[in-house]
Amino acid sequence: MKSGSNLEKVLAAGHFSVTAECGPPRGADPDIVRKKAALVKGNVDACNVTDNQTSVVRMSSLAGCMLIKEQGIEPLIQMVVRDRNRIALQSDLLGASALGVRNLLCLSGDHQKFGDDPQAKNVFDIDSMQLIHLAKTMRDEGIFPSGDKLEGAPKFFIGCAVNPFADPFEIRVPRFKMKADAGADFVQTQCIYNMEKFKKYLELAKRENLHERVKILAGVTPLKSAGMAKFMRRMVAGIDIPDEVVDRIAAEPKEKQAAKGIEMCIEQIQELKEMEGIAGVHVMAIEWEEKLEEIIGGAGLLPRPLVQ
Amino acid sequence: MLPCTGRIDESLLLKAFENGADGVMVIGCLEGDCHYVSGNIRARARVKRVYGILDTIRIGPDRIRMFNLSAGEGSKFAEYTNEFVEQIRKLGPSPINVVRAKQGSAVTREEAT
Amino acid sequence: MITGTPKPIDEILEMIEPYDNIIVAGCHGCVTVCRVGGEKEVQVLSSTLRLAREAAGRPLTIKEVSLERQCDPEYVEQMRPYVGDFDAVVSIACGAGIQFLAEKFSATPLLPGINTGFLGVTERQGEWSERCQGCGDCVLHLTGGICPVTRCAKSLFHGPCGGSVNGICEVGKDTACGWQLIIDRLKKLGQMENYTKLKPYKGWDSSRDGGPRRIIREDMI
Repeated sequence: MKSGSNLEKVLAAGHFSVTAECGPPRGADPDIVRKKAALVKGNVDACNVTDNQTSVVRMSSLAGCMLIKEQGIEPLIQMVVRDRNRIALQSDLLGASALGVRNLLCLSGDHQKFGDDPQAKNVFDIDSMQLIHLAKTMRDEGIFPSGDKLEGAPKFFIGCAVNPFADPFEIRVPRFKMKADAGADFVQTQCIYNMEKFKKYLELAKRENLHERVKILAGVTPLKSAGMAKFMRRMVAGIDIPDEVVDRIAAEPKEKQAAKGIEMCIEQIQELKEMEGIAGVHVMAIEWEEKLEEIIGGAGLLPRPLVQ
Repeated sequence: MLPCTGRIDESLLLKAFENGADGVMVIGCLEGDCHYVSGNIRARARVKRVYGILDTIRIGPDRIRMFNLSAGEGSKFAEYTNEFVEQIRKLGPSPINVVRAKQGSAVTREEAT
Repeated sequence: MITGTPKPIDEILEMIEPYDNIIVAGCHGCVTVCRVGGEKEVQVLSSTLRLAREAAGRPLTIKEVSLERQCDPEYVEQMRPYVGDFDAVVSIACGAGIQFLAEKFSATPLLPGINTGFLGVTERQGEWSERCQGCGDCVLHLTGGICPVTRCAKSLFHGPCGGSVNGICEVGKDTACGWQLIIDRLKKLGQMENYTKLKPYKGWDSSRDGGPRRIIREDMI
């Protein structure tokens, strides 16, 4: 075991794993996190805590991780390279590991332009690819990138994100391979709506044997309404929602669209479960955590396995 | 002597105001009929920039205007000129001249020449 | 070249508010080419300031000067004989030139008349765009001649990120994705193997992060 995290164990035992995510609040109130945690608990093998997503200032990811850990959920810390240089990143990796966080997701981070503080100075000292390498070096070699020995190596199950739908398509798999080479143990994909394109991507990844080297968790996000689908398609870079998906939910009367969205999400998870090379799902029910149990249970993935 | 409105640049137009002009007419050849291909088009762009400058320093953009005429349009020239002079009369003397008149020195300032 | 944009007239008027007798100094280098700080711009700015101040009842005397370059001591020295006769200097050279004047003429206030932009190229008359951040460690041979530090909004060394759509960067529809440009060029050159190599962490110490930089070439001293 590289990290001994629950997520790593569940995947190593060959179970189809489930992760979800929890966005920390825009404030210092810990009860908001605890309330979300109660909705997540029991439904996942680990829960991501986002790191100032879309550059909107929120409670720190590490604090969020500790709050959900107190509630009995295994945390997965997200770390973006937008806001911290390599000194701060190393320091936070050590701190997170010391506090018992065992799962890590290495990300670039959305450009600050999208957040509260578009005039902020961005950092991008190293990129997400190099953060993977940094975490792996510290974990496996017990040294800082400077070469100095660590007083205790951090233990992380190291993850990365891939977006099979961003452009240009042809470098998406080579870039995934670079992340595997840099040291990623698992990957969570951008939310998938275009299953055809995703299958094409997966085939190419499998040809490179990436599914054997890296555990692939397919990202899904239930649609609340046809309006949400149209909004995401228009506003979020790198989200690909085909017409037939929008049409299917739009065909329902407004009050039944949410239920339809959940039904479609469950169907999708069931399809992903049967696909060779997919090791789990990452369910991003954005501000809709109360539906996690219905979705994950509906897909036949409850209760979550207990692995020693 | 200017061979073409294309030779006029922003500083020349501003100098006219420094020298006490209340208004400046720039008259170029008809568009598409420049002997130097596009001199009058360039002049128009420069007049437009000066228009912006006069606006920011609150001397008033309406004190400068570009016209296009051919050499054979004498009566039109007179008509345009009368119209522009009337416009400037309505605006009154430029703020520069107002200040100079108060100081009793409506003559051209030395350093502006 | 080093590019720049004029400061708003009102901002300059505010800076020169305490003064009645100033120099407006241009530069025949980059700022002349990008039409923000050359001889013509000195004339236009000077006329504008004089008109504005006279209309406000506080006439201003201006000496108009254009140096060959404000970033070379021999040209800067040309101002020395008379600079002390003036209350202040508004320089419309780049930030380097303005600072060099300030350094050389320590008793005279130096005021910036332009906002210095970036190291860039002329796309067409009136349009310039950035190409180089002067990071001190060029990798253009590996990236198809297109700079990831400058052209990628996140300065990624392993781009593009998930925000690249149809060759456009997530920061705005007028911004090309730098990594899409790099990939297109590498493909054309048959150098895609450069793309798939893991690059070492960049040393930003050769960039601005190492403090103000100096170049000393012993062979030329």
